[in-house]
Amino acid sequence: MTIRPEVLLAILAMALVTYACRAGGYAILRNIRTPPFVDRMLNHLPGALFAAYVAPALVSGGLAAWIGALATIVAQRAGGPMVLAVAAGIAGLWAAQPAGL
Amino acid sequence: MQVTFTRAGMARGAARGLPLVPIMIPFGLVVGMVAQAQGLSFAELVLMSVLVFAGASQLLALELWNEAAPVLGAAAAAFVVNIRMAPMGAALAPWLDRLRGWRVWGSLGTLVDHTFAFSVAEMRQGGRDAGFLLGMGLLFWAFWVLFCAAGHVFAGLVALPRDHPVFFGAVACFVSILVALWRGPGRDLPPWILAAVLAIVAARLGVPAPLPLLLGALSGAALGAWQDGRQERRA
Repeated sequence: MTIRPEVLLAILAMALVTYACRAGGYAILRNIRTPPFVDRMLNHLPGALFAAYVAPALVSGGLAAWIGALATIVAQRAGGPMVLAVAAGIAGLWAAQPAGL
Repeated sequence: MQVTFTRAGMARGAARGLPLVPIMIPFGLVVGMVAQAQGLSFAELVLMSVLVFAGASQLLALELWNEAAPVLGAAAAAFVVNIRMAPMGAALAPWLDRLRGWRVWGSLGTLVDHTFAFSVAEMRQGGRDAGFLLGMGLLFWAFWVLFCAAGHVFAGLVALPRDHPVFFGAVACFVSILVALWRGPGRDLPPWILAAVLAIVAARLGVPAPLPLLLGALSGAALGAWQDGRQERRA
């Protein structure tokens, strides 16, 4: 139940940056017009960010990780809730691992 | 436009948000479990979820956690993941401009993707009660902390090794978000591939985390922005 000082510092830094993103957008962007390129970049940022996160994990995770990712994609595209898509991914990886993949 | 801020409006927002609460379950559980595996105490995880309340940035920051807490890395991850929320507050200006003090700055503090989407829809349908946003935000916030805490408790009880398949849930969460974000190969494939390749190559070259992630994300987004701009000039 302890809170270490350096962990607290990291949490506070994240909290401050995150609040600045939430509130700063309203405080600043309502008064100035952002360049179209910045708008377009913000529009593409989430996809690029998650791709940059997922790709190294799949490459280092081997075939089992790809099977897990494929199971997630199929379940998500089938229109089910995200809980099921995530569970399908874990199950896919779990099933593939003992097979030595 | 006459804008009010009432308890009834907050209740309306909370009621509208209730069916969406389950979408936070996988993300919250995974964040709690990864936090436990990375050595964060229960109190530290709860504090993080209370103060940050932004799942993707929490998960990315936790992946960076080593012996020492990565203060700069966590802040950088939070910025790149959460800057997407900056335009949301501006889009809600017709409501927020007519509020004062904690009603504005408190409502903004609870802003997340889904509360934004539903509040904008409510606003465009002529909704005049800005309490809707905060009511829905507080509901999401409370359940977010609850699901994260549950994940931490669960991981502590069963003591899973760090390479257990359950931790693939972190990757699976982002894969399912990517599926939802997908707008077709022409628009999304080049930026996503560039982001993925740069992140992998930079990590292989020994560039310290989270820089490979940031490099990939920003380069991919820039490529997407350039593509869209060229498309627009042609049209």
